[in-house]
Amino acid sequence: MATTIQEQTLTDTPLTVGGRSFRSRLLVGTGKYRSNAEMVRAIEASGAEVVTVAVRRVDLDRSKEEGLLYHLDPTRYFLLANTAGCYTADEAIRYARLGREAGFNDFVKLEVIGDRETLLPDTAGLISATTTLAAEGFQVMAYTNDDLITALRLEDAGAAAVMPLASPIGSGLGLLNPYSIRTIKKRLKVPVLVDAGVGTASDACITMEQGVDGILMNTAIAEAEDAATMALAMRYAVEAGRLAFLSGRMPRREVAAPSSPLKGML
Amino acid sequence: MTRLTVIVNGDQRVIDGPATLADLLRQLDLDPRMVVVELNREIVRRPRLAETEVQHGDSVELVHFVGGG
Repeated sequence: MATTIQEQTLTDTPLTVGGRSFRSRLLVGTGKYRSNAEMVRAIEASGAEVVTVAVRRVDLDRSKEEGLLYHLDPTRYFLLANTAGCYTADEAIRYARLGREAGFNDFVKLEVIGDRETLLPDTAGLISATTTLAAEGFQVMAYTNDDLITALRLEDAGAAAVMPLASPIGSGLGLLNPYSIRTIKKRLKVPVLVDAGVGTASDACITMEQGVDGILMNTAIAEAEDAATMALAMRYAVEAGRLAFLSGRMPRREVAAPSSPLKGML
Repeated sequence: MTRLTVIVNGDQRVIDGPATLADLLRQLDLDPRMVVVELNREIVRRPRLAETEVQHGDSVELVHFVGGG
């Protein structure tokens, strides 16, 4: 069965963002793991090629080997720097430039947070930072809410991808508004990847069934009791949801329709 | 030799001078390939670390990648 899934997946087009193509539609974060060894095993199991990282001060009083690059091979994974923790456009732009300077690529997962309790985006700051960074040659992947108008403005501002949330960051509440996500996907030309809120494999599958181009997740894997096994479950769920979307599901009916022939009954 | 007081990652430090940013990283035992350096809010690219002098009172940020989502 695994072989069949792999063969079918080959018929899918790659995920292309900002001129780069990826086979896997699952993108994963590197935060919150109990150990670096567990993180590496989970990322391997997920099959992800794009891996997000945060930019932070070096802790000068501790081991210099706590940097992520000592644990994750940047030639094997596409490192996507984020601007997590930034509350203004200016701050996010500063972090994006620092992330680019690390020297791996021009991509940034742009976050401009507007509220500490919900971590929902400051959409005005987000659009403004997207405009600035896109003009500087960044491939901006913008974390946003599930609002169509904001998504359209981000596309106009030059975002390479728009990343609406399924539900708040780290909440694990799953896809709260499938309609909004479907609508955003239908209206945008740039890739739409759902970022944040997925809690378990069925959430990932349902999200992919809406037709989005991919999913980025972190906590659902990192906080699972067995992170590597959850990563594998997420990999299958993303593939299953994608195949279900591509295959075109049956219509919903309010009445039953028998599966066995009525003709030939005794 | 002089003593320079600089702010590194928000904390005041006294370092041996004259020093370039490359010297500062060496004094802190940091691999320049693993960090990005910002001097007074301007990024200093790696090739320029060895030619950029640290001045008394400068503010230096040393950042790297850590786990994040």
